[in-house]
Amino acid sequence: MTKLKLNLGPQHPSTHGVLRLILELEGEKILSCEPDVGYLHRGMEKMAERLSYVQYLPLVDRIDYLAGFFYSELMCRTVEKALNLEISDKVRAIRVMMLELNRIASHLLWIGAFLMDLGATSPFFYAFREREMILKYFEKVTGQRMMNNYFVFGGVRRDIFDLEDVENILATLEKKVPDYEKLITENPIFLQRTRGKGILLKEVALNSSITGVNLRASGFDLDFRKRDKLYCGFYFEPVVLEGTDAWSRYKARVLEIIESSNIVRQALEYLKKEGELNQSLINPLNIKLPEGEYYSEIEAPRGLASLYIKSTNEKTPYRLKWRTPSFYAVNLLRKILVGEYLNDAIAIAGSLDIILPEVDK
Amino acid sequence: MNYLYFLYIEFLAKYNIPQLFGDITFFVIPCVIIFVALLLVILALVLFERKLLGWFTQRKGPNRVGFWGLLQTVADAFKLLCKENVTPTGADRFLFNLAPILIFIPVMICLGLIPFSSEFTFMNFQTNLLIYIVIATMPVLSILLAGWASNNKYSLIGAMRNVAQILAYELPIAFTVLSVIVLASSMNLTQITLAQSSKLGVLGWFCIPCFIGLVIMFISTIAELNRCPFDLPEAESELICGYNTEYSGMRFALFYLSEYGMLFANSLLISVLFFGGFLSPFGKYLTSGVLIYFEQAFWLFLKSFLIIFIMIWIRATLPRMASFDLLKFSWVVLLPVSILNLFLMVILKYIGGLHV
Repeated sequence: MTKLKLNLGPQHPSTHGVLRLILELEGEKILSCEPDVGYLHRGMEKMAERLSYVQYLPLVDRIDYLAGFFYSELMCRTVEKALNLEISDKVRAIRVMMLELNRIASHLLWIGAFLMDLGATSPFFYAFREREMILKYFEKVTGQRMMNNYFVFGGVRRDIFDLEDVENILATLEKKVPDYEKLITENPIFLQRTRGKGILLKEVALNSSITGVNLRASGFDLDFRKRDKLYCGFYFEPVVLEGTDAWSRYKARVLEIIESSNIVRQALEYLKKEGELNQSLINPLNIKLPEGEYYSEIEAPRGLASLYIKSTNEKTPYRLKWRTPSFYAVNLLRKILVGEYLNDAIAIAGSLDIILPEVDK
Repeated sequence: MNYLYFLYIEFLAKYNIPQLFGDITFFVIPCVIIFVALLLVILALVLFERKLLGWFTQRKGPNRVGFWGLLQTVADAFKLLCKENVTPTGADRFLFNLAPILIFIPVMICLGLIPFSSEFTFMNFQTNLLIYIVIATMPVLSILLAGWASNNKYSLIGAMRNVAQILAYELPIAFTVLSVIVLASSMNLTQITLAQSSKLGVLGWFCIPCFIGLVIMFISTIAELNRCPFDLPEAESELICGYNTEYSGMRFALFYLSEYGMLFANSLLISVLFFGGFLSPFGKYLTSGVLIYFEQAFWLFLKSFLIIFIMIWIRATLPRMASFDLLKFSWVVLLPVSILNLFLMVILKYIGGLHV
């Protein structure tokens, strides 16, 4: 049989616009896969070397447009660490609430997009209906739906309000998530498409630097929220499943939505009791990080994201480096797709929750 | 049909038009009627599907063009007519243009074979059903042509998947149709319909003795029409659009129209075979005189639209199947069960418990 070389992407409906996979096919069986990234490269790291910290802050939301809060938080956290700024408990609660709402929104979008990849169109709309509520609340509080730019060095841009909206979101999720489970989780065709497909063993995942839900669905308990100072005082259990296949990655994300809404509820209870927000912010225009290297990390929806800054006591960083989780997931495609059929390849690539702006930066 | 023929000749004779003219034009009229009716039904079907999909996914569906979005598909068709026809480089021009033309012929023939009322079948042969089954597989030829001539790898994979799929699902359909033929002792669709008539209405229909056959026929028809969950040849997330990826403008419109035309024709066939075709569900017709023919057509359309509704419902609910499971499902499950069903029907007929 002759080999067929197939360019999957970049203009392909399910590579989300900007991923190119060079596949070698024999029939519909994949012999090798070569991911080609960089179609969305915006020079995020190089830009930082020209911009002051406060000028750079609005840009970091765009690293992952579905989880902007996390990168914003990461940037703020690193600068706060360098300048020894303390954030109050109220700010902490606000940040945790926003981050977890963002995580829920991101996972909801993933469920929709994944089922779309599998050929079911309806769950996409159902998931977007719930996501829309969260985005509406973001818009109310931060003025933006996606590129929120809400966290600032040492605090948040403005106080939080309309907490009953969040209650509303949580109540809706409580009702709707079981609906998804009914519609999708035990669907025989869905099981056929995902059970035992795209097996990602614990060792392979660890060797390929896979983190986040993908790793936890392979049975390795690693959740950076557990060692995060921000989440101190919030009770939650990381979702760890032993399945290692695409189905367990799906299930883990659904369970994580429930877990995240528990965290949001805890933050909500705390914020209801608290009064007005009192924060004294530093003047961000003249921030200079003392000479040295700074590193911080956070559990983003797609895995471990971290930021490294080397400063030489200038207004701009000497070097800034992002570690983004999807980059490693794209690299994993090289191993995980070989021997699979084209039909399953899309489902497997989809189950890893790859988001391209974050890969290309 | 003879009755209509004489009516037509008499009508012409009144105005002193020679019979030869009537002999020639009589066979053109049904073609024109089918074509116009088919276009209208397809436009309605597309809107029907989009509206329903909208409601299933908590949207409004098309509601801008015309009252309640009624003219949306007309606008879409007009847009497609105005679009440029692009032929990709390296494509086989002749075959590329031939494929969309060829795909429309079987749809027209299939509709011509369906009895819309007891006196109204465009082409009434003794072996109507057999011809239908043969003609209904013809679109696969133009799909293969389209996939091959496009000079596109996605089109080619889509076309190959389609051929494999139709081969797999055609056999269960044939065996199920055979069991219906056994029950009705006829290959003529009008006779099959009349064989289902009884005073009890619904109870005489073949969907009751041949329920297994109905299920098999329904699943296989969805597969043959490349509809969700068997829409692998056009899987958007994998193959962009399958065999018609490279088509644009009117050529694409022809593929699109034939897809819906085939959907309509096949749902008509299912309602003829299993739901008593033009028969009323109450056992007797509600009207009398000439109106009966219209009532019969109404029942047939109602039944087929209900079947289409269920197909759209399935599309809104299920994800796509995997390609190998799809073929396995046909060869391992549907085919043996359909053969068993045929034996069952033969035994039923032999015992003679079925004087319907």
